[in-house]
This record gives sequence, C-alpha cells and structure tokens, in this order.
Amino acid sequence: MHTLPRNEPGERHAAGRVKKHADAVVIGAGLHGCSTALHLRLGGLSVLVLEKDYPGRHASGVNAGGVRRLGRALEEVAMSMVAADMWKHMADLVDDDCGFEASGQIKVAESEGEFDLQKKRVAMLQSRGFGHEKLIDKTILRERLPAVSPHCVGGILVEDDGHANPFRTVTAFRRRCETLGVEFHSGAAVTAARQRHGNWLIETAKGSFESAMVVNCAGAWGGRVAALLGEPPVPVDAQAPMLMITARMPAFIEPVVGAQGRTLSFKQFANGTVLVGGGHRGRAESGTNATSLNYQRLAINAQTALDIFPIMSQARVVRCWAGIEGVMPDQIPVIGPGSEPGVFHAFGFSAHGFQLGPVVGRILGELVAHGRGSLDIGPFAIGRFADKGDATQHGARSYGG
Amino acid sequence: MTKHYDIIVIGAGPAGMSASRTAAAQGARVLVLDEQSSPGGQIYRAIEKPHNQRRRELGSSYQDGVPLVHGFRQSELDYVNAASVWQLSADLEVGYSRDGIAQLVRADRIIVATGAQERPVPIPGWTKRGVMTVGAAQILLKESSVVASDAVFAGSGPLLYLAVHQYLELGVPVKAVLDLTPAKNYLGALPALFGARADFAKILEGWQWKRAIGAAGIPLLTGVDAVRISGEKSVESVDYRRRGEWQAITCDTAFLHLGVVPNINISMAAGCDCHWSHNQACWTVTVDDWFNSSVAGVSVAGDGVSIGGAAAAEAQGGIAALGALHALGRIDASERDRLAAAYRIRLRKEMGIRHFLDLLFRPADRLRVPREADTVVCRCEEVTAGQIRETLDLGCCGPNQLKSFSRTGMGPCQGRFCGHTVSELIGEASGLPISEVGYFRLRSPIKPLPLKELADLAHSSKE
Ligand SMILES: Cc1cc2nc3c(=O)[nH]c(=O)nc-3n(C[C@H](O)[C@H](O)[C@H](O)COP(=O)(O)OP(=O)(O)OC[C@H]3O[C@@H](n4cnc5c(N)ncnc54)[C@H](O)[C@@H]3O)c2cc1C
Ligand SMILES: Cc1cc2nc3c(=O)[nH]c(=O)nc-3n(C[C@H](O)[C@H](O)[C@H](O)COP(=O)(O)OP(=O)(O)OC[C@H]3O[C@@H](n4cnc5c(N)ncnc54)[C@H](O)[C@@H]3O)c2cc1C
Repeated sequence: MHTLPRNEPGERHAAGRVKKHADAVVIGAGLHGCSTALHLRLGGLSVLVLEKDYPGRHASGVNAGGVRRLGRALEEVAMSMVAADMWKHMADLVDDDCGFEASGQIKVAESEGEFDLQKKRVAMLQSRGFGHEKLIDKTILRERLPAVSPHCVGGILVEDDGHANPFRTVTAFRRRCETLGVEFHSGAAVTAARQRHGNWLIETAKGSFESAMVVNCAGAWGGRVAALLGEPPVPVDAQAPMLMITARMPAFIEPVVGAQGRTLSFKQFANGTVLVGGGHRGRAESGTNATSLNYQRLAINAQTALDIFPIMSQARVVRCWAGIEGVMPDQIPVIGPGSEPGVFHAFGFSAHGFQLGPVVGRILGELVAHGRGSLDIGPFAIGRFADKGDATQHGARSYGG
Repeated sequence: MTKHYDIIVIGAGPAGMSASRTAAAQGARVLVLDEQSSPGGQIYRAIEKPHNQRRRELGSSYQDGVPLVHGFRQSELDYVNAASVWQLSADLEVGYSRDGIAQLVRADRIIVATGAQERPVPIPGWTKRGVMTVGAAQILLKESSVVASDAVFAGSGPLLYLAVHQYLELGVPVKAVLDLTPAKNYLGALPALFGARADFAKILEGWQWKRAIGAAGIPLLTGVDAVRISGEKSVESVDYRRRGEWQAITCDTAFLHLGVVPNINISMAAGCDCHWSHNQACWTVTVDDWFNSSVAGVSVAGDGVSIGGAAAAEAQGGIAALGALHALGRIDASERDRLAAAYRIRLRKEMGIRHFLDLLFRPADRLRVPREADTVVCRCEEVTAGQIRETLDLGCCGPNQLKSFSRTGMGPCQGRFCGHTVSELIGEASGLPISEVGYFRLRSPIKPLPLKELADLAHSSKE
C-alpha cells in the first residue's frame, strides 16, 4: 500500500450554502460507482460519491453474486478475463475477499441439440484465443454435479468462476474508498447539472457539488443522469430480475449452475440455503424504487430448478425478491466518455455486471486520468444508439449467474 | 384462469368473520381464507369443537364466539379453511396454499384481518427447549387439550392471567406466576382508569383472576424486573430479580408473555404504510376512518391494525367491509354511514379501556430491548443483541442494511420474532424515532412455500 497525495474534497461557501468540490464526482454508489471512485482515488484524484439512497441499495447489493466469465457476450470477454484475475486477488484491492469462492460455474445442456450449440460456442471462443470455457461430457458433468438430473447430457465449465457476497462486496469497496478519503453522500439524489467555467455544478437533495469530472454510474437510472449531463436519449430499460432463496438444505452442490436452453442461475451457499434465479422479471418502478414479483414467472423458474435438480422437490422457498437493473437493447453496458467535456459513463450492465465491477472501475480510472484505457471499449460507446434510435432487441443472452 | 372475487378476506377471527358476513349480506362475492381448521381466530380458536363449547373453564368470553361463528357459517360466501396465505401484492393478487397446492386468486378489494401475534420476549435463555409463549399454551389447550403441569408463567398483560385462570379452572397445577408489569405503570395508568370505567366489569374480572391465584396457594410475585431462563439445553429454572435480589424457581416448562402486537407481515409485504405506536410499543398499520390502508383496495381491520381486542376487531371488520362495499359501488354513502353507526359506537366503547390497558401493560424497556450482549435476538440466524450492536457501530444504520450485514431477520420466520426488537435496538443506538428507523423490507412468501408448489403454479394458472 502506498500513501496518496492529500487531495481531499474541499468546501466552499456560496450564498450561505455549503458547496463541496472535488476533482471528480461519481453519481451512484453501486459496485460500479464504488469501484470507479476507488480507482480514481488510487490515481490521486479527490473524489465525492453522490448516492440517492444508500450504497448498495440497488442491483449491486441484492444480486445473485455470480462471478462468471461463462457465457459472456464476445465484446465483454476480454474485460471479464481481467476482472476474473482481480477477483482472485480481491483482498489486495479492498482488504476483504468479499466472500468470493472459486467454486466453478457450469452451464448444463439438457439435450444433444443444446450440447451442439455449446460445442460451437467453445470452438468460436477458442478461435479467438479464449480457452476458459471448457466442454464437459456427461460423465464429468455427473462427477461435478452428482445431483444433476440424468437427462442432462453435458455442459460448459469455467473452472475459476464462482460467487461472492454482493452487499459485502459493495461495503468493502466503500470502506476502502472511505479509508483513502473518498466522501460518500447518501440521500443525495442528483437532480440537475450544468457547466460553468470548465466545471460541472451538480445539484442534489443534499446541497450542491462542483467538479471538473463527472462519472455516471447510476445503473438503471443511467439514462436519466446521462440526460442531465447533456446526452441525447439513451434507451435504458429498468427491469426487475427476481431471485428466491430456500431454507437450509443438506449440502449437495458446489459450482454455480446455469442452463443452456432456459434461464437459470442456481447455487448453494455454505449455510445450506439455495439461491434460484435467472432472467425472469417482475415489475420495476424506478421512480419509487418499488419492485413487484410475478409469481407465474417465478413458477417457471422453480420448475426449471426442479427439472435440473430433482432434489429441489424437498426445498422450501423462504423469500423472493427483485432488484432494479438497467438493461440495454443489445444487453451490453455503456462504458466510456460522454459527449460533453469531463463526462464519463458506466451503466446499463444488463443483469450481469457484478463480476465486471472491479475492472470497470479500473477502466474508468485510466480513462479519466489518461483519456484512454488499456482495454477496447469501443463496443460500449454511448453513441451507438444515436442513429438507430430504439435499437432492436438482440437474441437472448444469459442473465445473472 | 385466476379466480376473481369482489372481496377477499384474509383471516376468520372476529374481524374477518364480521367483515365477510357484512359484505356477503350485501350480495358481494366473498372469499375468506384462514389457516386454521375452523373459523374463530385466536380468541375463539376451535370453538366448533363440541367439547370446547361445553368447557366453562375457557371463560365466558370464549362462549361469546358461538353465535358469531354460527352467523358466519350461515352466510353466502366461500370459506376455505387450512388455507395459508403467503402473499398479497399491491395489485391485489393473493397467493395461498392448501393441502400442498398453491393457488393465486384476485379480488377488487382485500380485507386483511390477520390478527395479532405475541410479542417476542428476548430474555436470556428464551430460545431453550421448554420455553413457550402463553399463546402457544392456549393453542395446545384449545386445539388438542394438551396442558403442562407445574409450569412457571412469567410476563404481563390480561392474556397471562386468562391463561393461568384457565389452567386453574381445569385443575392443572401451576408452579408460580411472575408478574413483570413495571411498578411505575400502575401509577402511570391511573389517570386513564376514568376513561375505562364503562368496562369496570373487565377490570374486576382481572382482579378476581389474580385473587384466585393467591387463593389456590400459588406464588404470585409482582414487581419482578428481570428474568432469565437457566439450563443446559432445556429449561431447568426460571431466575428472576425482585427488590434487587435474584431467586430461582426450578421447573421444566416456562410460559412467557408480554402482550400481543399486530401481525403486520402480510400488510407490510403488500406495501401498506405502517407507523410506530409509542403507547403499544409496536408497529401498527396506518389506516383511515374506513380502515383503508395506503395501498389502494387494501383495508386492514382488527388486531392486525392495532391491538383492540375481540369486540373492537368485530366492529372494525364491519366498518372495513362497509367501506369496501361503498368503494365497489354496492352501497351509497348514506347507507354505509347508517350501517356503520352501531359499529362505531361499539368501537368507541372498546377503545376506552384500551388506553388504560396499554399504559398498564406496556412492557419495561429492558424486557423489549435486551441489555445482555449474548441474548439471542434473531432466532433463525442466531444473532445476538451484542452482535447487532457491534454491527450498528460499524456505521450500518437501518434494519435492511443490518439484514445485509449480519443476516438478522433473513431466516424462515422473515423477522416475525425479531423485527420489533431490531427496530428498537436501532432506535436506541441511533437516537432516531422508531418510525424513522423503520422495519425490515418484507418480501413474500411471508411463509415458507415448497418450491414444488410454486412450480405447479406454472401449470395450473396461465398468464
Ligand atoms: C436480482 C439480480 C440478480 C443479479 N445477479 C447477477 C449475478 O449473479 N452476476 C452478475 O454479474 N450480475 C448480476 N446482476 C447484475 C448486477 O447486479 C448489476 O449489473 C450491477 O450490480 C450494476 O451495478 P451498478 O453500480 O451499475 O448499479 P446499481 O447497483 O443499481 O447502482 C446504481 C446506483 O445509482 C444510484 N442513483 C441512481 N440515480 C441517481 C441519482 N440521480 N443521483 C444519485 N444516485 C443515483 C442508485 O440509487 C444506485 O444505488 C443481477 C442483478 C439483479 C437485480
Ligand atoms: C396466541 C394468541 C392467543 C389469544 N388468545 C386470546 C384469548 O384467549 N382471549 C382474548 O380475549 N384474546 C386473545 N387473544 C387476542 C385476540 O387476538 C383478539 O382479542 C382477537 O382475536 C382479535 O381478532 P382478529 O379478528 O383481529 O384476529 P384473530 O382472532 O387473531 O384472527 C386472525 C385470523 O387470521 C388468520 N391468519 C393470520 N395470518 C394468516 C395467513 N398468513 N394465512 C391465513 N390465515 C391467517 C389466523 O389463523 C386467525 O384465524 C389472543 C392473541 C394471540 C396472538
């Protein structure tokens, strides 16, 4: 660890109202906001984080905790590989392993047809130089997942993927930031922003703030914040992926499991409880933070879990919930500089942004400090929606996990 | 297709029976769901059992339930017993399970009449085997005629004395009764006695029960200000402090009771606004004059709103149903007001004694919020008061963050046994009013639901 320049947020008094200023303001204290703040601070900048509720209140604190490269869109793979390495050494970054367990992740094929698709996928990745996804046959599948239903024919395995504890992760990032002098303001919803003399003036429910650089990490609200920062409309859909957790069961599975042909995200924790999720969505009202569950869709999710793991006929669901997540039409995030000077964005992680938290913060740290990063973020440009308007929905990609 | 009713009433206690009868009498299509095997609620539990109707020992008020349940049975409505409701959504969908089958039903109006639950009694050792609540003792008695001899009863409130009285009438030996009512409450409640004068008979009855305990030669110790349960795994003795001195009574069963609090799980999970009642030291649902909650279409009546007792619950159920009938356009405002008048008179009378009882039986702070670090608060996840205080010191500031930090309230009971204690612990640590501290953000299912039953919903009801 090294000592940072004493560059802490300062205060200025304007017309009796306290105005805080810093080199950079981060909007949103989800994992991406906290990670961005941390990397900016490690780069020597003074940083303020503005959060409308409290850190980790939304997607970052309530997600399924899946840390996976498995099944990522090709555009995300390189970035996800770097993130995987950061997860392995998480304690070096934030003084806590965030509950990360490299239990492995497996996506099961329930038919020969699905297995053929998996073969093609693995070959495609290999042709691009990525060897992390490995095909496993029925025998190895059964070895890794003794509880799997006999109809499953094989799968893809990523050995060092796994899962972590989401709220603990956000908290670890936040606390590391705070130790280094980053200031967090909870209950500070950003309501307006304007440029003045090369700085951004940002209005919130908790007073005004000023900085040269602004990073929008507002998750499902990223589109609204982008508009405040001068962007043309960005098509972010606020969705509510649902999860359910069971009462404790005897240990029967280690890896995190997904399915090739249906949406599923399935894992058992050390305490015996089983988390079942997938892409099934309830209703999100981003205006009020409210979400509601759709039991008919949860039922489909439950049936998938039962089909693949017959032992789940013993399970009792004790709680279901949903979190609000920003989903882009092409289901990959927005990462990169904005149209106006001093503006950067990282939002719309489309239900699989947890694993990317550490690396996206690093990318933004590089971008803000040097104007460019070490990874290709071309595909994530905010401008990609400009000409197409409301881009058409791409094929379904895997969720959560 | 999902079945659709005009009104769904959740709970068939005094409030639910009264609400559903009133609604059915005006021709509304009514569904009543209750998890007990027969109507009656807590007070009139199992009253249709012939042997219970003969049992004078259960008290005269128990027999008041006979005509009420009879009238309910005569009404034109769908009543489903043994139906456990696990969800109510803000768009008025109700999920329940019966005989291993889950179902979703809908209505234009919902009346939640889920009654009260006993207040948790987080004293040292309360999770040991052999410790039960007085309510559990009553349920065993009414449902299965099961009793425990030589038990120690410790607590406060009318239900404590009612239960002891029922035991004595049945000839079951009782070891001792420890009254935990704080001495200062007697003085504090005195001014409210005047407002309660209409119910002098009830106060007298309570006093007679107390006298009967003394007459039976059972030690009745008042002024007890601390209790703990000792024993390896199960109860070996109840230790109590009186006039600064600790004493122990050996026993293998202890019944605890610190009054009842509204059972708010369904209303909260549906999103109904609640607030903290200082007098009753509990969360209560915020309702208007017709018992409408903040969620459109959902009314809440009876002890599930705030504690008022059986007669108040019955009146509230009637008023809530009239409000719902009017909202559905089945009766006009003047008809509604006319029919509600008698209920309102009854309600006002009942509320007279309530204030007195609230002041008298408000449990001492140290009994609601454990001082001892190793006293368990969250039974499911075994989190102690000390662990919670430490987590709060880390800068965790609300019940939901506490949940994420420490798993408090994350077990199968969904915070039913720790929610009140947690709100108060946080209030104490932060200095914030409890209403501002808030409660766990509750999520359905509010009762554990077998995954298989949930999966079957996909086949039974299509979108
Ligand atoms: C139920 C569920 C399960 C998931 N499972 C997984 C998984 O297993 N693996 C995986 O990789 N990903 C998963 N995800 C996705 C992952 O959680 C998200 O992609 C990721 O957490 C997004 O982080 P974020 O920081 O962008 O957003 P958020 O965590 O939503 O943070 C954005 C923050 O910005 C704040 N904000 C918004 N507007 C303003 C404003 N105007 N002013 C101030 N603050 C503002 C919000 O209050 C919020 O706290 C899941 C998501 C959900 C909902
Ligand atoms: C354990 C206990 C014992 C009591 N005993 C007495 C007594 O002997 N004498 C007395 O005067 N008062 C007693 N009380 C107080 C009593 O609750 C009130 O006086 C009165 O019964 C309140 O009427 P109510 O209709 O509001 O609620 P209740 O009578 O409690 O009726 C609520 C009904 O809702 C049902 N219910 C609750 N949740 C669900 C769900 N999720 N799904 C389906 N059904 C549900 C319950 O099965 C119950 O039948 C007792 C309270 C408790 C908690």
